[in-house]
Amino acid sequence: MELMPYIVKERPDTGLFNAKLGIWLFLSSEVMLFGALFSAYVLLRTGAPHWPHGSSILNVPIGAFNTVVLIASSVTMVFSWAALKENKFGKFKLNLGLTILLAFVFLIVKAIEYGAKFEHHLYPKTSTFLAIYFTLTALHALHVIGGIVVNGYFWGPGARMWQAEPERFVNRIEIAGIYWHFVDLVWIFLFPTLYLL
Amino acid sequence: MTHHTPSGHHPSLSQLGFWRKYIFATDHKIIGLQYGITALFFLLFGFCLMLLMRWQLAYPGEPIPFIGKFLGEGRAPGGIMLPEFYNELGAMHGTIMVFLGIVPLVFGAFGNYIVPLQIGAPDMAFPKLNMISYWLFFVGGVVMLVSFFLPGGAASSGWTSYSPLANIASLGQTFWIIGMFFLINSSLLGAINFIATVIQLRAPGMTFMRLPFFVWSQLVTAFLLLLAFPPLEAAAVMQLLDRVAHTSFFLPSGLVVSGEPLQVSGGGSVLLWQHLFWFLGHPEVYVLILPAMGIIAEIIANNIRKPLWGYRSMVYSVVFIGFMSFIVWAHHMYLTGMGTTISAFFQATTMIISIPSVIILTCLFLSLWGGSIRFNVPMLFTLAFLPMFGIGGLTGLPLGLSAPDIYLHDTYYVIAHFHYIVAPGTIFAIFAGIYHWFPKVTGRHLNNLLGHIHFWPSFFMMNCIFIPMFAQGLAGVSRRLYDGGEQYTFAQGVLPLHKMISMCAWILALAQLPFIINLLWSMFNGRKVSSDNPWEATTLEWATPTPPGHGNFVKVPTVHRGPYEYSVPGAAKDFTPQNEE
Repeated sequence: MELMPYIVKERPDTGLFNAKLGIWLFLSSEVMLFGALFSAYVLLRTGAPHWPHGSSILNVPIGAFNTVVLIASSVTMVFSWAALKENKFGKFKLNLGLTILLAFVFLIVKAIEYGAKFEHHLYPKTSTFLAIYFTLTALHALHVIGGIVVNGYFWGPGARMWQAEPERFVNRIEIAGIYWHFVDLVWIFLFPTLYLL
Repeated sequence: MTHHTPSGHHPSLSQLGFWRKYIFATDHKIIGLQYGITALFFLLFGFCLMLLMRWQLAYPGEPIPFIGKFLGEGRAPGGIMLPEFYNELGAMHGTIMVFLGIVPLVFGAFGNYIVPLQIGAPDMAFPKLNMISYWLFFVGGVVMLVSFFLPGGAASSGWTSYSPLANIASLGQTFWIIGMFFLINSSLLGAINFIATVIQLRAPGMTFMRLPFFVWSQLVTAFLLLLAFPPLEAAAVMQLLDRVAHTSFFLPSGLVVSGEPLQVSGGGSVLLWQHLFWFLGHPEVYVLILPAMGIIAEIIANNIRKPLWGYRSMVYSVVFIGFMSFIVWAHHMYLTGMGTTISAFFQATTMIISIPSVIILTCLFLSLWGGSIRFNVPMLFTLAFLPMFGIGGLTGLPLGLSAPDIYLHDTYYVIAHFHYIVAPGTIFAIFAGIYHWFPKVTGRHLNNLLGHIHFWPSFFMMNCIFIPMFAQGLAGVSRRLYDGGEQYTFAQGVLPLHKMISMCAWILALAQLPFIINLLWSMFNGRKVSSDNPWEATTLEWATPTPPGHGNFVKVPTVHRGPYEYSVPGAAKDFTPQNEE
């Protein structure tokens, strides 16, 4: 018997290949992880006698710029997957490369933002607002780094699979894309919660 | 015994080197055994921690005989246990038993080994993730063990690590958090793998309502782990930051430690930790018991030689428990003064969740009616499980109501209640499972006489240990005292019970020796199985070669019927396997 079914083709009755179900399950646990931190934010804020307005401490234009950067990277991620579906490998490389580049832009901007906070002696220990801000954004940044590693692998050495098992490679890019959109989506919740409210 | 030779480009087991075959294995059966052996070791270790505590409770302030002098001056000067060391033992007993003993056994070991076999799959859906899960678990366990040798010792703030106590505890607490990161991520990967396997890799004809109850229990357990552990991970991140980055997530303003005001920003919430911890903690309780119920259901059906009574209602109940277990957590927190409205809500959900548990237990009991029961060793443990779990469950009802809970919560009553569920409950189910599936794993039976010598003393001692604790708890003895309550006059009447309990605990330890001997001896010298299906069972794991080779089945099985077709009228034999035409 074939050792592992439904790696490439979908199982007819569930309509899923294994890894696609796997990534959605993983993301459901991620929702609970970030959800718990958002709940902590709500509980700390409602319990606080005074809570600063996000924009009085954080730089809204920079945050907004980063939001645009991440959304753009999600668009290029979809383009790279669509390019594979059209059998255009060069276009795939270009778009996935852009995705990785934009992710780096996001991280660099975030690092500049962190640096500016530290210069003004604003640390996680300074206040509960800053504590939850640094925790949520740093955990999100870790996810961005994870995305760079995965996408970097598929852009570089992992792309060899395109020659041997093209269908499986398309699946992999789809899954990396689902993950990347999730990372984007978390930021879309983080930005208004932390910067605007 | 036939051995399956895998075809195609996959390397067969014999082609792999020792390291890939047994150490960094990707075969679910090897990983299941790795989980099993490691977790049995931790189970024994956690048990030994408790045996030490029992000395202190029975003979407070007296030097521990024999081993006292090996514990070191920092833990037990002159062999007399220090309160700090007692706290370490308590915290680590709970942590090790729950996260490194029971869960890896029922989920990691039994789930890994049996689930793919019972659904007719060649392996878990993601074999490499499976390997990573095991090794994350292993590293987490090592971190926990190492923490005993730190200055200040291991974590000592209870297995629940309540803030702010845990925030100001010694370095061991940081190790506890880091160890938990490994264990949490191990469970998350395992949960993803289990769910994907059950949904994607069922053999042709294996519909959801033909899944053995064990598989259902594992599926629900996997969802609990998947969704309940991340909030604990978030909480652990925050507690770690509180400790190393001096944030104040769990530190309220104006905290004074050892007479000095704590130099932190304040503004945190201690209840936040408890909410996040118990959001994991309560589903975790069902992680401990549901797979055990699964094992019990399999063994009952096989040994009564008739179908389980109410299979469908058991399945619906287990799924309902899964949903409900996410909205009962604050019944662990009645004492914190959350407010009566919230208490009333959680009281209601707690009473509701007891209904499906009672349905499952009732179905199992009623299944026995009219069966021709085979009283073999796995069935003895199973039959002991039913009333023991019943006692554990029923004594939990007063704890689910906030008024009696306020009196009982900090007493030995709680210890007795949940140990009835986990010790003569889950651990008996684990023993039953080992005796039941050992022939499939090794091709040999465990020794029957040693099994009886293991079962009867264990059964009596378990009850002698935990029934007196109900009496102590009802008398109001606190479960958190290092001297067992010696200084309280109201406790004097029930204090002599401590000595009896401790004695029984040590006898219980001795009663485990026949089991350990049995495992080691029977592995090589046990009676060989007469066929691939020595128990004449119906589920698919018995349709594999013994022991199953890489890829499990000789050819993909096709499932034609439900899991428990025993004594079908008109059939030639009293069991009709699921894959029989």
